[in-house]
Amino acid sequence: MGSITLEHVNKSFGEVEIIPDISLDIKDGEFVVFVGPSGCGKSTLLRLIAGLEDTTSGHIKLDGQDVTDAPPARRGLAMVFQSYALYPHMSVRDNIAFPLKMAKMPQAEIDKKVEYAARTLNLGSYLDRRPRALSGGQRQRVAIGRAIVREPKAFLFDEPLSNLDAALRVNMRLEITELHQQLKTTMIYVTHDQVEAMTMADRIVVLNAGNVEQFGSPLDLYKKPANRFVAGFIGSPRMNFVDGPEAEKHKAHSIGVRPEHFTLSTTAGAGQWSGTVNVAEQLGSDTFLHVEVDGLGLMTVRTDGDRTFAHGDKVYLTPDPNRIYRFDAAGKAI
Amino acid sequence: MATRQTRTLARTMMAPAVILLFIWMIVPLVMTIWFSFQNYSLINPMMTGFAGWGNYAYVIGDPSFTQALVNTLLLVGGVLLITVIGGTFLALLLDQPIWGQGILRILVISPFFVMPPVAALIWKNGFMHPGYGMLGHLWKAFGLQPVDWFAQYPLFSVIVIVAWQWLPFATLILLTALQSLSEEQREAAEMDGAKAINRFRYIILPHMARAITIVILIQTIFLLGIFAEIRVTTGGGPGYASTNIAFLVFRTGILSNDIGAGSAGGVVAVIIANVVAIFLMRAVGKNLDA
Repeated sequence: MGSITLEHVNKSFGEVEIIPDISLDIKDGEFVVFVGPSGCGKSTLLRLIAGLEDTTSGHIKLDGQDVTDAPPARRGLAMVFQSYALYPHMSVRDNIAFPLKMAKMPQAEIDKKVEYAARTLNLGSYLDRRPRALSGGQRQRVAIGRAIVREPKAFLFDEPLSNLDAALRVNMRLEITELHQQLKTTMIYVTHDQVEAMTMADRIVVLNAGNVEQFGSPLDLYKKPANRFVAGFIGSPRMNFVDGPEAEKHKAHSIGVRPEHFTLSTTAGAGQWSGTVNVAEQLGSDTFLHVEVDGLGLMTVRTDGDRTFAHGDKVYLTPDPNRIYRFDAAGKAI
Repeated sequence: MATRQTRTLARTMMAPAVILLFIWMIVPLVMTIWFSFQNYSLINPMMTGFAGWGNYAYVIGDPSFTQALVNTLLLVGGVLLITVIGGTFLALLLDQPIWGQGILRILVISPFFVMPPVAALIWKNGFMHPGYGMLGHLWKAFGLQPVDWFAQYPLFSVIVIVAWQWLPFATLILLTALQSLSEEQREAAEMDGAKAINRFRYIILPHMARAITIVILIQTIFLLGIFAEIRVTTGGGPGYASTNIAFLVFRTGILSNDIGAGSAGGVVAVIIANVVAIFLMRAVGKNLDA
């Protein structure tokens, strides 16, 4: 069991208000990702849930029980830190066993659980090594192992993959998702990487300046962004925005078109907007064109990987009329 | 990773300093060894010539030597015990966020800036004097007979004074070690359900092991040669009760004007220091391996 409810949580450091007022309802067994730009308060929010920071006002409930004033150890949550925070002077075995030892569990039972965790995470042959002798990915696994042996009500991940290289990150992303399907425990995962958020989450919380911009499933956020911030943050490469008279044609203050929602043509006049290719990023599977659109500025356009473009090529763009996002002056979606 | 040229250059540039230091060390050492085998007394200039092992037999055979050796070990051990435990405790306290932290830290470090003879004098007259010392007044305030510290507990008194001087050093080194412990590790331990005492035992203490080793090694080197505090307070007495090896060398060589025997004592002191250093490196040096 591990449902987490935040009620009007506020956090200030002296004069500085980091989180003005957040209410969230996280269901048992859900994989929720907090995503937002750096400094948006997502890590602080996670630390509030963990109990490593005190709330200034508001309540945090675990399974309906108020834990606002409970110390971290009493909340029964496990956290995986960005730096992994492994204990350097202990072997991998002792690291994983540490929370159990602190809970005064009998040694035989500890051994069984450590063995199980090591098997789940493929750590068997490293158990007697020190963290220093492990690679980044292995350290990450040990940190996760230390979290799962406690059988916590929920897992908290604080940007756990940001210290890994790109290939390993994709791997670990899958492993954590698989782990979630296996354990079916609530997980809260903090990241600034919207790709991680989109691929892993059941539901995503988009945070900006301490406020929840939107809370919904990844596809919801992609298809129906509540405002301009979410629209720009979710999706890669990011959405193109157009203000001014062109937007007024659509009865909006500004409009947004995702790079993948353009029809591209090289025939003169065969498009609504015309522009010049600035840079073409060839990824093989896709090509991303940075196009200087006449009168509207720089836009990113996705096209298939088989077409080649050069700097200075003239292109003609037509946005998909059903997928033009419209925003009012305050940035709210219309 | 240096090239051959830079290595040669480095050796050439360092050579004068190394040679100078080597001469500075080797000349007095050789002279001391030379004198230790000579009959050389300032009181009796007629007595000269090769003494063989006579000076050594005289110094080591004397009962005061055994006592001085025991006193040296008690002094070093006692001060280490007080400074390491007290230093850890003070470092833990000073690591807490409090108002006036900067000034407090300077205050804590300040005893280290007081010269040993001055510190000893402050303690001798300001605190431990039975007639007008602070401790004497304190005893009297409770209606007790003031303790004549240097007469009744001479070695203990010296240990207290030296420990007071070295406590700041230990505190400072241990505090920096404490501050280098990553905040996330502490938090992880907290999340793992470790209480304050367990966090100290399993996380903080192992983290400080290397710093404690350094404190022990450096202090031992200096504590083996404690002299000024003894000279100023007890003068090694009563009897030989507070005489360590260094002070015994001074008593034999300077006070008794027997340069030969004093030199022999000095050579023995050098050997003892090296033996202690080797044992120490064996015992605690493994903590220094990265």
